[in-house]
Amino acid sequence: MILLTKSNKGWFALFTVPLLLVFTTVVIIPFIIGIGYSFVSWDGIPANPKVFVGLDNYIELLKDDRFLTSAWHTIEFTVLALVLVNVLGLAFSLLVTMKLRISNAARTMFFLPNLIGGLILGYIWQFIFTDVFKFLGDKTGWDSLFFNWLIHPQSALYAMVIVFTWQMAGYTMIIYIAGIQGIPDELGEAARVDGANLWQRLTKIVFPLLMPSFTICLFLTLSGAFKIFDVNLSLTKGGPNNATELFAMNIFNEIFGYGHYGLGQAKAIVFFILVAAVTLTQVIITKKKEVQY
Amino acid sequence: MNRTSRMSASTLLILLALAFLSPIYLMLVNSFKDRAELYKSALALPKSFSFQYYSKAMEKMSFATAFGNSLFITVVSVIFVVVLASMTAWMLVRTDNKLSQIIFLTFVSTMLIPFQTLMMPLMQVMDWIRGTLHIPMLNTRGGLIYMNVGFHASMAVFLYHGFIKSVPVALEEAATLDGCSKFGVFWRIVFPMLKTITITVAILDVIAMWNDYLLPSLTLSDKALRTIPLSTFYFFGEFTIQWNLAMAGLTLTIIPVVVFYMFAQKYIIKGIAAGAVK
Repeated sequence: MILLTKSNKGWFALFTVPLLLVFTTVVIIPFIIGIGYSFVSWDGIPANPKVFVGLDNYIELLKDDRFLTSAWHTIEFTVLALVLVNVLGLAFSLLVTMKLRISNAARTMFFLPNLIGGLILGYIWQFIFTDVFKFLGDKTGWDSLFFNWLIHPQSALYAMVIVFTWQMAGYTMIIYIAGIQGIPDELGEAARVDGANLWQRLTKIVFPLLMPSFTICLFLTLSGAFKIFDVNLSLTKGGPNNATELFAMNIFNEIFGYGHYGLGQAKAIVFFILVAAVTLTQVIITKKKEVQY
Repeated sequence: MNRTSRMSASTLLILLALAFLSPIYLMLVNSFKDRAELYKSALALPKSFSFQYYSKAMEKMSFATAFGNSLFITVVSVIFVVVLASMTAWMLVRTDNKLSQIIFLTFVSTMLIPFQTLMMPLMQVMDWIRGTLHIPMLNTRGGLIYMNVGFHASMAVFLYHGFIKSVPVALEEAATLDGCSKFGVFWRIVFPMLKTITITVAILDVIAMWNDYLLPSLTLSDKALRTIPLSTFYFFGEFTIQWNLAMAGLTLTIIPVVVFYMFAQKYIIKGIAAGAVK
């Protein structure tokens, strides 16, 4: 092995320090002083004093109904999105791996929405949920299904689930495809010869061997859904009456909307702890279920 | 499956894919209709193709400027991420000591921090750098590029680190014995071997940076500096009710993405799969 001489130390510094400098000033220092900000009361104006208030911000956020409601809605949104994105992504992946001639074209089309930014997707769907749905309701008479989804709290939340699913289904599809292609063909063939039907082959062979793909897809959808902001902003702006204001937007509004920098930062720290706890727990649980073959 | 059932399966699949993309269809057809036609027949093809809403949206969004800003910021940020992260990751893999491990673990463990946890203190740090060191970090393209590099460093180092571990060290040792400097070894021998993972890193970062709204919205306030997501946001603030104009604007923002997808499709899909599996 190459010995660690003085000149090697110099090379080490030359190669790593530039990125470490950027990374430290952009991620590490803000993270550390962010913890400090969560213990003060401050309105964001540099001339005004930052008053140390101890744990007051953390106590206050537990009493903040709007924050707790937004937490609940974020959970509701995440659970629905998690199920829908993965069911659809998995279904798409099974469909495009049937080796049909148009499989590639279909895959390309299913993935397209993922490349478009959340902000722009939200605006496209805003048009659909408001005007196109009203138009469909008038034409078909099914106005219990086709009405302006964005003016009712519950349907507005479902609308967000749909847009997020539209964006993420193609993404999980790509990961499931990679998983399916890693399963040896002989396994399915052998089961078919033994008389297993399609459903048995899926549940007994394909799904267990896809566990690593499930781990990745659940992780990506879980953290993506929990942290959603752009679609929230462009589709509903948190409305009607803050009913769809999810976690990330609540924090943003608390800090930059109301100028409660300390309280907002305390929420942001809680948000980080929740994201870390939920995603790590999920990875540990699904990792345990992965099988070897 | 026999021929007939394959045919019908193909037909069903293509119909499903077309239905899935129906929002794109609705956006396209309504970008050509006037107000009356849009409300009378929202689903139909337009009676005529007039591009008047496109030219109006282009002007209102300052589309050319926004496109230029997005392109410049994304390309320069990605180049910096690729160059700095690959160099760092290589050093961390090839220098087997405690310090390397600590640095690597720091990169990896920060990957879980949501942007919302960092955004406010980050603005304070950048403001402090501007005030004390007189480096214009806020409201400049350079400042945004700097922050983009910082935020995408962890993921890139993580991906490069995993890849470099599987690259044999023998070639590098031979080159060192021949008197090649570390710099030369890295750029002439190692970096060309990292091509696949470089493509993955570049693709993931291009998509994320091109579409990013929140960070640019916090750092850029000049109208002339707006990126595409920013100008779309302000455009919607002013013209929400005029859906035909809005749809033309949205179509404009999607064209570069679709063009990129057409040319780099193979790499994008491979890159996404590789980036996620790691």
